[in-house]
Amino acid sequence: MKIHYYPGCTLKVTAPQFESSAVAAARAVGVEMLELTRWNCCGTVYSLASDDLIHQLAPIRNLIRVRNEKGNAVTTLCSMCFNTIKRAGLLVNEDAEKRGKINAFMDEEDDYEGGVEVVHLLEILRDKVGFETIREKVTNPLNELRASPYYGCLLLRPEEIGIDNAESPTVLEDLLECIGAEPVDSPFKTECCGSYQTVDKVDLVIEKTRDIISWAARNHAQCVVVSCPLCFFNLDRRQKDLAEREPGAVLLPVFYFTQLLALALGLEVDVCGFDKHVVDPLPLLSSKGFV
Amino acid sequence: MSEKPRPNNPSREPLTGAVTRRALVVGGGIAGMQTALDIADAGYEVILVEREPSIGGRMIQLSETFPTLDCSQCIMTPKMVEVSQHPNIHLMTYCEVDEVSGSVGQFDVRIRKKAAYIDREKCTGCGICIEKCPTKVPSEFDLGLGKRKAVYVPFPQAVPPKPVIDAENCRFLKNGKCGVCKKVCEVEAVDFEQTDMFVEEKVGAIVVATGYDLHPKEKVAEYGYGRYPDVTSGLEFERLLSASGPTNGEIRRPSDGKVPREVVFIQCVGSRDQEKGVPYCSRICCMYTAKHAMLYKHRVPDGQAYVFYMDIRAGGKGYEEFVQRGVEEDGTLYLRGRVSRIFQHDGKIVVWGADTLTRKKIEIAADMVVLATAIVPSAGVRELAEKLNIVTDDYGFCSEAHLKRYPVETGTPGIFLAGCSQSPRDIPDTVAHAGCAASGVTALFSCRQTDSEVADSAAQVSAEKGPEE
Repeated sequence: MKIHYYPGCTLKVTAPQFESSAVAAARAVGVEMLELTRWNCCGTVYSLASDDLIHQLAPIRNLIRVRNEKGNAVTTLCSMCFNTIKRAGLLVNEDAEKRGKINAFMDEEDDYEGGVEVVHLLEILRDKVGFETIREKVTNPLNELRASPYYGCLLLRPEEIGIDNAESPTVLEDLLECIGAEPVDSPFKTECCGSYQTVDKVDLVIEKTRDIISWAARNHAQCVVVSCPLCFFNLDRRQKDLAEREPGAVLLPVFYFTQLLALALGLEVDVCGFDKHVVDPLPLLSSKGFV
Repeated sequence: MSEKPRPNNPSREPLTGAVTRRALVVGGGIAGMQTALDIADAGYEVILVEREPSIGGRMIQLSETFPTLDCSQCIMTPKMVEVSQHPNIHLMTYCEVDEVSGSVGQFDVRIRKKAAYIDREKCTGCGICIEKCPTKVPSEFDLGLGKRKAVYVPFPQAVPPKPVIDAENCRFLKNGKCGVCKKVCEVEAVDFEQTDMFVEEKVGAIVVATGYDLHPKEKVAEYGYGRYPDVTSGLEFERLLSASGPTNGEIRRPSDGKVPREVVFIQCVGSRDQEKGVPYCSRICCMYTAKHAMLYKHRVPDGQAYVFYMDIRAGGKGYEEFVQRGVEEDGTLYLRGRVSRIFQHDGKIVVWGADTLTRKKIEIAADMVVLATAIVPSAGVRELAEKLNIVTDDYGFCSEAHLKRYPVETGTPGIFLAGCSQSPRDIPDTVAHAGCAASGVTALFSCRQTDSEVADSAAQVSAEKGPEE
């Protein structure tokens, strides 16, 4: 299947490894991701911060791009972009008056009539490709890799856009199992990583990072698996700060689910971009024979 | 059988016709029993139908009742015996209402007598069949915490004390093997050929006293979906407290049988929860949680009980004093806040909650957690309501004709409500409500004809015209 793909800013700048591993892995399971040619910043959650319609322009304009390229659906990887674009889309689907105002304002664009489906890659893997299909395509199962899924917030909340049960999600666990790994539960798997507080309240984020990583380690996980570039930044980069403050703290490498999927599908390790991590994942992966 | 009971009297004339002065009470818990006794004491015949093998309902599952800490079996079994021996009460257990037609004063009821595979006339209740039965299955009465046999009485004080055979688990009925019970029965009461039978009765009034179930803890994601054996519901905890329960009244964790030293009680699990549960208050949980904490402390004097609450609703007589007694004498620690997550770690149940009065996050590594899950109407009530042509509300509780003016009548003349079938309530209020239903029935019976104000107060809608503008 083919689907238009909206990358968002972060995927191009600080999280290129998430994109490279995702595109390759998706292709390997039969999903061709076609990058939109004229996309813009979605505005992230600030687009939705109040009932001021101007904040909706950025995400809606991207949905117009999908229609420009004759698409009916778009996928994205960044949780923030997913949350923002999907909620903006639902808002204008349901409210013709707001849609009319947005269209009137963006008069240089085609009118958006609504209806573009916004799906996260995890939903596609679960619902369209199917975990059984993925399991069949796995050539290098990640045997005995104990990985603790960490969902963060924006993929699961609010309920109208969440891709899984907000209190007890299982999609990452199911994916990890089908690529041969051992998912490890953690009570912190749906607790917030601190999000943008990382800009000016670093201490807060270091606290959250310590909680999330230490509980995964306490449950004998060898790594943490995420699906959001901001969670990745907080959990990966802030472990460096954590290590400086607490020299004995247990550090765990953090992976995007697509990197592990790419490895399991036997793809070139280059698409994973492991050199961009702060907590080096290569010792763990080599010790297991995965690289 | 003619058509279903009519919800109102279209012609607005008083209903005429002889009144059959016999009542049908559906449900043999404390509400049904009390209604039956009051109607019977007034001199009228009552048929009491109960679908379980014994009467007793929820109250007989309890250990001690608030606020007096009376032993539940001690105060209930005398009434159970009275019901079974009252000359005016025809007790039909292991039976269900199959079909109802007619109208007030003249209902025709078909009752299904479920096959028990035991001839209850011959059975002496000696219990040898139960002793010899090789099949053990989880006991519904003990909510899965204990076991029963395939031929069983649900609890030792069952009325009638005659067993029934569970066809789904009986080796003979499933595979033709065993049959030991039949061999050892000295009065030849075991009859594997039995089938469901039907009985037709005429009654003048029907009382719905179907009680309640609990919202399953398996639906609560934050608290583990029922995955952790040491996270129990309030009713399960009652069975642990009960002297005739699966642990003989010793508080032991379901997982490993150890005595828990720290127990966390969580109120309002599912109740007062618009999003994921029911919006109403279940009314009894603040009181029974206070009771649980106190009884736990009486059994485990060096234990500590914590209660996470939103409010304490202790409005009955002696109730507030009871809650305070728990705080002052038994050291129950009340924490005003919700619990966001429960999970298992290192053999403990970790509870993450908040204490809004000190504005602190609380983490307790408890040995056991008890959830006060919401009260919901008993399973099957909607279907029964359809048969009776009475209204149920959004949650499945039977609707009263008017909350204040007619709290025990339904919109269908001749059909009354008693107890939790209408709304969650505790035992004192249930007994009072049941007495009120009985008086509604006896008032009906003491008229030669029916001339029901409720029938006349129903609105009239013309089929052709519709409501007037």
